[in-house]
Parts: sequence; structure tokens; C-alpha cells
Amino acid sequence: MNHPTPSQTVGPFYGYALPFPGGGDLASGGIGVHGHVYDGAGDPVPDALLEFWQADEHGSLAGSPGTLRRDPTDGSVLGRDGLRFTGFGRVPTDQDGHWALRTVVPGNGYISVCVFARGLLHHLYTRIYLGPDAFLDALPAQRRRTLVATPEREGVYRFDIHLQGEKETVFLDFG
Amino acid sequence: MSEPLKQADIDQEIAARAGEHGEHPARDYAPYRSTLLRHPHRPLVVVKDPDAAELSGPVFGVTDVTTLDNDLTKQHPGEPLGERITVRGRVLDRQGRPVRGQLVEIWQANASGRYLHQRDDHPAPLDPNFTGVGRCLTGDDGGYLFTTIKPGPYPWRNHLNAWRPAHIHFSLFGTAFTQRLVTQMYFPGDPLFPYDPIMQSVTDESARQRLVAGYVHELSEPEYSLGYRWDIVLDGPAGTWMEEGR
Ligand SMILES: [Fe+3]
Repeated sequence: MNHPTPSQTVGPFYGYALPFPGGGDLASGGIGVHGHVYDGAGDPVPDALLEFWQADEHGSLAGSPGTLRRDPTDGSVLGRDGLRFTGFGRVPTDQDGHWALRTVVPGNGYISVCVFARGLLHHLYTRIYLGPDAFLDALPAQRRRTLVATPEREGVYRFDIHLQGEKETVFLDFG
Repeated sequence: MSEPLKQADIDQEIAARAGEHGEHPARDYAPYRSTLLRHPHRPLVVVKDPDAAELSGPVFGVTDVTTLDNDLTKQHPGEPLGERITVRGRVLDRQGRPVRGQLVEIWQANASGRYLHQRDDHPAPLDPNFTGVGRCLTGDDGGYLFTTIKPGPYPWRNHLNAWRPAHIHFSLFGTAFTQRLVTQMYFPGDPLFPYDPIMQSVTDESARQRLVAGYVHELSEPEYSLGYRWDIVLDGPAGTWMEEGR
């Protein structure tokens, strides 16, 4: 077995490299999910980068390429074609620590999230659940809540991420 | 206001944690002060589910990159200032299998140690001929290649007189979302290594060495560029089954 290359923080200056136009627009006509990222003092984190990976409405995890689709003439970002579902999103938090995602309800019930930030030496995984699930049932009620998106209005859900503290989000280890 | 933190204070803290085992840095590595309020206190919840969505991952393809994206010296009308280098290597999984057709992204400071980022206020010049962003897809052998310039070291505010060793930020995807990796590549022999809490957060000496590229003279191109080699191994769940060349 090879030893893995160690992780290092994304730092504060990824902003002109990793985010791309339409990074939070996985699909239109579906749902919106949004929230804040908070640190252990309860302050918003303005320099986090969230990545999302999910199944389509039917539960298929065979996302299409084309998330970052480029114009071969001048290299500019064309973005998704809007017809093929890529399943991947990438959104930096704004100055308020806020992020937003437009997507469809995944057929398997949850959206996978990977959190990067300055000060985070190794990324963290969590999940956004949009309904009940056996995985949630296995967690203590207090903690379970941190993984469930709250319906805010028709088609819009709220999901805050707390990196530390009283309301600390459940983060996942895949072994 | 309390006394500003000095390098000697950070050095002591680094020494106290040196040699701790672990393939990856601990998230609660206090010498890097920004970790203090940004790491979870509770243990992570272990997921043992062969159907977990995270055992698959996003797919990238030829539409997601253009052929010039991996040459950071060709993105503007003029040549950037600095030492022209090539960085190449292979992306492998823990079983040593090539990670094929996956996206590799890099970003870096220019030769003077300045990022093209509004919040980088280091008083070093920007280079109109250098953006510092590149991307490519790995080949059939897991190989990647970038042509760029060697980034400069730069100051930051972790403590008084804190300087980052020269580094290139790397972002990598495997075939599973659990193989995601964001890391930094360093250059051999940099005198700033022992002072840098971000690099020293990898407390195991041999693990830390895996962050350092090798200078390979045979990879230098006469009259053109200096050659570095850096292989990358993606971590993943112990039981990751992966079909070759998905
Ligand atoms: Fe940096």
C-alpha cells in the first residue's frame, strides 16, 4: 500500500482559481438549498469553499462531465449545458459566510458536502438530508438535526454548517 | 493587546507536536492559529455503507479543460517574470493504480510571492503576464504536467515574521468523492520549512517529505526550464473498490 500524500489547507487565496461561474447551479427548476458556515465562536466563515456531489432525481450517481465546460476558442467558462446533470457543485462562501445551491432532490435522499477553508488542514465531509433516513436514525437526536435541511418555503431549504461548538455539525469519516 | 506571537513561541509549539503519527495533519494543530476555531471537537462519525454516494464522484472530461490550461506561462501576451519550471508526476491510488482522466487544478503566487487576489496585500509586484491558475486531466498512466514559474515565498500574519515556503496549491479528484485532496507542493531544500506551521502540521517526517517535489535534472529542458517531479497518492476509504479507467 502506498502512503497517501498529506492534505494541506486550501488557504485564503483559492478564490481566483477554484470557484467558477454557475458553480452552485446544478439544475434549474428544482430546489434551492442555502445556509451559512460558522466557526466555533459563532462567527460566519467568509473564506470557506463547499463542494457538493449528489445523485440525480432517480438516484443515479453517473454524473456527466461538463461542469467546468470551456470555450475551446478562448478558454472562457461556458458552464453546464443545462441538459445533462453533472451532480457536482462548488460554491465559495460570501463575505457573510453564506452559500446557495440550486439543484434537484437526489433520489437517494442526501447531498454530499466537502468543506474546505483557511484554517482547515484537512477537508471535512458532511451530508445534507432532505428527509428521514435510516442513517439519521442511528444518531442521537441532538446530533441528527445538524444533518437535516429545514424547509424554509416552497422548494427552499436551509442548512447551516457549524465547524465547532454547541451546534457542531456531524462530520463523516469514510474509513 | 497582548504581545505579538514570536517565531520562538511557534517553534516551541511545533517541537512539542513533532513526531506525532498520522498520514494527514491533525485538524486541531494550534501552531497554525486559524485552526483554533475551525476544527470539530467531536469525533467524526464513521460511515460503513457500500452504497454511500461518496464512493463515486464527479466526472470531468475534455470539455472541462482546454489544451493551454496547463501552461501558466502562455496565458498572457508576454512571458511572466521568474524561473520557468515544469512540474510533472503521476496521480495514483493507495494500491498504486493510476488515477486516469481526473481533474488536477493548481494555483500559486507569482515569482515575487504575490497572489492575483484582492485580499493579498503583500507589497510585492503583480505580474501582468501571470495569473497563476492551471488545470489538466490526468492521462492513462495517471500523469499530469504543468509549465509555470517558480512561486516566491510570502509573508503571512500567523505570528511575527511568519513566511510561507514557496509552494504550489494542488486540488485533485479521484474516482470517489472520498479521494478528494487539496494540498500544497513544496520545493526541495527550502530554508523556511522548519519555521512554517502549515508544513509542520504534517508532524511525521516521512509524511512531510511526501509534500516536497524532487528536482530532476533530466527533466530540465535545455535553454528553457527546470524540471521537477512530484507524484501524488490519493487516500480513500479502506475498502474502495475502483474499476480501472472508469
Ligand atoms: Fe499559498
